[in-house]
Amino acid sequence: MSEFKNISGIACILDIDNIDTDQIIPTEYLKSIKKFGFGEFLFDGWRYHDIANINTPTSSRSLNQDFILNQAPFNESKIIITGKNFGCGSSREHAVWALRDFGIETVIAESFGDIFYNNCFKNGVLPIVLNQDKLLMVKDHVSNESKLHISLVDKNIVIKNERIAFEVDSGMLDMIITGQDEVDITLSISDKIKSYESNRLKHKPWLN
Amino acid sequence: MKTLYDKLWDDHVVEDLGSGDHLVYIDRHFLHEVTSPQAFDGISKKNLKPWRLAANIAIPDHNVPTARGQNFELESIEDEVSKIQIIELDRNCNKFDIPQFDINSEKQGIVHVVGPENGFTLPGMTIVCGDSHTSTHGAFAALSMGIGTSEVEHVLATQCLRIKKLKNFRINLLGCPRDDVTSKDVILYVIRSIGTDGGTGHAIEFSGDYISSLSMESRMTICNMSIEAGAKVGLIAFDKITESYLSDKVQLDKSEYDNALEYWKSLSSDSNAKFDKEIDIDVSKIKPQVSWGTSPEMTSDYDSCVPELDQNSDKYSTYKKAIEYMGLKEREKLSDLTFNKVFVGSCTNSRIEDLRSVAAEIKDKRISESIEEALIVPGSGQVKLQAEKEGLDKIFIEAGFSWRDPGCSMCLGMNEDKLSPGDRCASTSNRNFEGRQGHMGRTHLVSPMMAARIAIHGGIPHE
Repeated sequence: MSEFKNISGIACILDIDNIDTDQIIPTEYLKSIKKFGFGEFLFDGWRYHDIANINTPTSSRSLNQDFILNQAPFNESKIIITGKNFGCGSSREHAVWALRDFGIETVIAESFGDIFYNNCFKNGVLPIVLNQDKLLMVKDHVSNESKLHISLVDKNIVIKNERIAFEVDSGMLDMIITGQDEVDITLSISDKIKSYESNRLKHKPWLN
Repeated sequence: MKTLYDKLWDDHVVEDLGSGDHLVYIDRHFLHEVTSPQAFDGISKKNLKPWRLAANIAIPDHNVPTARGQNFELESIEDEVSKIQIIELDRNCNKFDIPQFDINSEKQGIVHVVGPENGFTLPGMTIVCGDSHTSTHGAFAALSMGIGTSEVEHVLATQCLRIKKLKNFRINLLGCPRDDVTSKDVILYVIRSIGTDGGTGHAIEFSGDYISSLSMESRMTICNMSIEAGAKVGLIAFDKITESYLSDKVQLDKSEYDNALEYWKSLSSDSNAKFDKEIDIDVSKIKPQVSWGTSPEMTSDYDSCVPELDQNSDKYSTYKKAIEYMGLKEREKLSDLTFNKVFVGSCTNSRIEDLRSVAAEIKDKRISESIEEALIVPGSGQVKLQAEKEGLDKIFIEAGFSWRDPGCSMCLGMNEDKLSPGDRCASTSNRNFEGRQGHMGRTHLVSPMMAARIAIHGGIPHE
């Protein structure tokens, strides 16, 4: 995870509600035991005409030219703007890995699936929640400009001379900015876990 | 005054980390082959071992072939990539000494079926798994949720999760349902009513006299699909039915059991507990449900029609895309659709009660000529054994169903059990997303009873 403080780049609009993680990355690619290399399969069912197959090189596949991520300049998108409940459904972290590997650094939506939302922060992808009015302003801007600038430190999206503020938990944002490892942080207070455990077994010995 | 969720939460907080973050202790961790390899790799790279071995139980379920018989050799899995994943789980379990019900164990099956039936799921526990349908175990008054792979790694390494507390949402399910309405219809109706994001950010507690009347199997179906309403946590209070289910599954000596039981009896919401959101639903008004679209909220009564598109509605583009994908017409009667596939299985509906319900519908009948394939995939080896003891397998086979070995199967089509493009399938699973059961496949979510009726009639039967 690299340290970064701003996101600047092409933004594409996927104007559909409830985009589930099966659409972001189909089940076929969950057979991989790796954590990287999912970018070419992002939105596979919409990006290609043929059936998803982890063994088929994507260069030989039939691209759906009508899909926005196959069209310049959106094939280099860093930002996705969408509707309600993005990332609902399956807990597969592969969905975030696919977004990250494609080059998506932030998704702006009206709301997110809970598990997906948490998974984003573990992988340096920022999920931004905006209310309908603010989301509409951002969409209007992107329809004309296609580029967007976001300041993580100031927690706002820059549109011409305006700043659209967004809220995000500071601790979680820090994880994205610094790329710190949660396991290391938790293990630094392992004495607390041990003390909880010994107390637990005293009161609930059936949980051993 | 606390809700059930508050009680479970308070009992497991190790440390308040500030700004809403808490370190929460995890009692039980289920693992399967799909979301664990990268997590095992993560702890290996850090030279760590699982924090508490006894917390973990691993079971291959997502990829496993379902026509494999006994003494199956992993080498004979045709899909090379699936094979590697199942072998990798074996390897990691051996390396880290994690208990596993492997592919040939008579206890193997879908983690959310195997856990409860073997007493690994207990009231008052915190339970996690890298699978969103972990909400299933909430039926036992356990705080249970699906997590991502980074969190699987975190739980393996620390036995804890760093999470924020959810809000409390209670859904009171009241009254007595029609004979042809099952808990699957009720949860589909709930999802349709509150939407697939209706429970986002909340733990949903299901209560009311309808819930009290349900078996544990039916309660698991309800909690299983709370995630389809956006809630990663579904909960049901402990009661006599929970106690009776556990009585032959828990291996504790008398004094330990009495001690546990006394605690379990406290696992319900206090009478004056405050909920952030609360709704009542009269289940007597619910008809059998059939999903028509590509999200579980796109569900209707079995005797109704595909919705009409309204250009002024904010759902217009989403509905239009769904209707096109599903090969439907606006206002088309659902009972006019012809089905060619039926799938009975998944962590939602593959327990013995579900199989009995199918058998009762199809006994001495044959599947319709329009049905090219009808699969029945039991949720576990134990469910399979019980069904065969009761002679259900003969009923299924005589009716024209294919009786399989346990696994997730066509719920998500990671193994060979997939829909082909254009197939229309009545499925007892939980997700009707585009391509979920196979590329360009069309899924209609139904109860086991409705799936059986569709198998016999080739379509949704009229009154």
